[in-house]
Amino acid sequence: MTLEALQVLVSDTPSGLLPARNQMALSLGWHIILACFGVAFPSMIFIVHWRGVFRGDAVALELAKRWSKVSAVLFAIGAVSGTVLSFEMGLLWPGLMGKYGDVLGLPFAFEGLAFFVEAIFLGIYLYGWGRMPPRIHLLMLVPMACAGVIGTFCVIAVNAWMNNPTGFRLTAAGEVVDVDPWKAMFNDGVWLMFAHMWVGAFVVVGFTVAGVYAAGMLRGRRDRHHRLGFVVPFVFATVAALAQPLVGHVLGLRVAESQPAKLAAFELAETTEQPAPLRLGGIMIDGEVRYSIDIPKIGSLIARNSFDRPVPGLDEVPEDERPPVNITHWAFQSMVGIGSLLALSVLLFWFVRWRGRDLLESRWFLRYAVAAGPLAMIALEAGWIATEVGRQPWVVWQVLRTEDAVTENPWIWWSLAGTAVVYLGMTVGAYVVLRSMARRWRAGELDLPSPYGPESAEGVQEPSR
Amino acid sequence: MTLEIAVAAALFAGVVVYSVFGGADFGSGFFDATAGGARRGAEVRTLIDHSIGPVWEANHVWLIYVLVTWWTAFPGTFAAAMSTLWLPLMLALLGIVLRGASFAFRKYSATLGQARLFGIVFAGSSLITPFFLGCVAGAIASGRVPADGGGDLVSSWVNPTSLFGGLIAGGSCAYLAGSFLVADAARSGHRGLAEMLRVRTLGVGALTGALVFAALVPIKEDAPTLFDGLTGRALPLMVLSALAGASALVLIWTRRYSVARFAVAAAVATVTLGWGAGQYPWLLVDEVTIVDAAGADATLQALLVAVGLAVAIVLPALSYLLFLTQSERWLRH
Repeated sequence: MTLEALQVLVSDTPSGLLPARNQMALSLGWHIILACFGVAFPSMIFIVHWRGVFRGDAVALELAKRWSKVSAVLFAIGAVSGTVLSFEMGLLWPGLMGKYGDVLGLPFAFEGLAFFVEAIFLGIYLYGWGRMPPRIHLLMLVPMACAGVIGTFCVIAVNAWMNNPTGFRLTAAGEVVDVDPWKAMFNDGVWLMFAHMWVGAFVVVGFTVAGVYAAGMLRGRRDRHHRLGFVVPFVFATVAALAQPLVGHVLGLRVAESQPAKLAAFELAETTEQPAPLRLGGIMIDGEVRYSIDIPKIGSLIARNSFDRPVPGLDEVPEDERPPVNITHWAFQSMVGIGSLLALSVLLFWFVRWRGRDLLESRWFLRYAVAAGPLAMIALEAGWIATEVGRQPWVVWQVLRTEDAVTENPWIWWSLAGTAVVYLGMTVGAYVVLRSMARRWRAGELDLPSPYGPESAEGVQEPSR
Repeated sequence: MTLEIAVAAALFAGVVVYSVFGGADFGSGFFDATAGGARRGAEVRTLIDHSIGPVWEANHVWLIYVLVTWWTAFPGTFAAAMSTLWLPLMLALLGIVLRGASFAFRKYSATLGQARLFGIVFAGSSLITPFFLGCVAGAIASGRVPADGGGDLVSSWVNPTSLFGGLIAGGSCAYLAGSFLVADAARSGHRGLAEMLRVRTLGVGALTGALVFAALVPIKEDAPTLFDGLTGRALPLMVLSALAGASALVLIWTRRYSVARFAVAAAVATVTLGWGAGQYPWLLVDEVTIVDAAGADATLQALLVAVGLAVAIVLPALSYLLFLTQSERWLRH
């Protein structure tokens, strides 16, 4: 890009655009990991808790107790980081909310409802240990898991609407009329996007939780506690990791029709090609692709489900409507690459096991299993970066440009810096606290009393849970 | 009642409930902060954990409900308020984040040092959030948010009405929390603790009540529309609030704590309602009315469906939770 072009770009865009986008990306990217736990963890806890109650499995019951305490910490910080997002919708993007709030807002209302249900039943579940009849206590997880599904659908509905705007009409004067919030909510893109995210949550949580127990096994803790703690989430991760490539592929087929510019960026396609190659890696400099490994025809197969259909190129997109192509391409390929690796690895694990060998005996596999959790998180983040950056410069596809939605507030760099500091602090805090919980559990403490000070004369104690 | 007013009422119901339940949560920060050192304060802090632990996440959602309903039903005014009151909202948000995280972290801290650090953050952030939310309310009620947004980023909320709003919000939260904590302490048989909390709650309550009525003096000049509403249409609510607040003081004085809780809650609810009634029919006072601010009819109808579902699904579940936390079985350790 020439210097002149850069200057034009700088002078045209509001000063808050870059920090606002980064702040949104940071807080969304952080929250989405915790949201995954809110969505997927209750189902896993349900399985171990169910074994504990109905099979009299004490090890499983202990796992359920510990996981519920972990989920309490994660849910707490997930709740606040979710609140951050609802503030940021207005604080960063008044141009979006002021104009389209009544078009896109409805799913958020239902999401709030689902979240409310989840929060209430989490409260009951956490404090119900030892205070409720075991079978009723177990049932408290069911509304939590259901609320996770509905909540995911609703949030994704908003994002799907941003990618497939519908349910309103713009007059010549630019006024929003004929608003149909239900149509906006149940837009064309929502079902597949929802499925992709919902399955993704199980991939992330399944591999992450399994990885924690794999790390324990690497350190020689090979009791039944660790085996069960590994296998239950790993089974969830297996199903999810195998389903995800299929869901992702079907979802990807829509992009050619609905957002050709995004597909062009995914595929690093400068010109429309028929059939199009699959470009692995590579980088686009001054409109030319360099350093990529091209596999003929496979691009068409992946993006269009055929060996000869065209993949659109950026040359068909007006210059001021092209997304940042390299970030989008690399994010997309990282997601696909990691997703494929995860799917192949679970296939390998179960195949080898079927042949009578247990990979949990292999230190290399355990090391991989520890890495799989962070890898799954990277894939999730990369997927979001691919779809969000790939939609630029639009915040609502071909309806509202991001620069027209952003706030005019002059302090956004400061708020970005503050957000970064606070989120770093929360990450460190969560890590320290969760690690110390694990350490104390290993040391044999069961109740984890609050360490506010020496016991007072009246002997008030943390209520046992 | 028109569609717009119905949705506005549902929205404001969220504000009222948040001010009572969320307020009781936030106010516990005041007692946490003033509990003293690790040895002396351990009792209060454990009580706070026990009292708000099961409900705080649920209470938190009222705020999200308010925001979501606001931007869906009255999008233009939401954007206007968010862009004008950017700084106090950002600071309130900072408080919410730090508070929520540190409350959870403290509960599971391994060492006293960690607990102390998280505890300071928890208590401090519990104090700033209601203050800044009160400032936001004061800014809206005194007509400082222009209909198209872009109001002054500082003077919109640094003014007599906003500052009194902030102080009243903080005081109400502390009064509420005190009344709940003192009842919990007495019920679980911690007499010394209850006595200590009783004195503090009485002090906070008297101060807050005085603040509410002292605020009327500057408001008369600073926010005439609100003042006319408060002394006109909303007068019965203000009188009710004064009665409830005063009788709560008497009840706490005479150690009838379980009734006192409801009296304090009634006082806070009526003063919040009084603010709403006082600025009716304006959504942003002197700028936009509720009817003019409303979004599409189809969306308002859909929102009422959501509210109906919330009443049908959330309220029974929430009542069950509150019932459990307040029942004897759950108090037994």
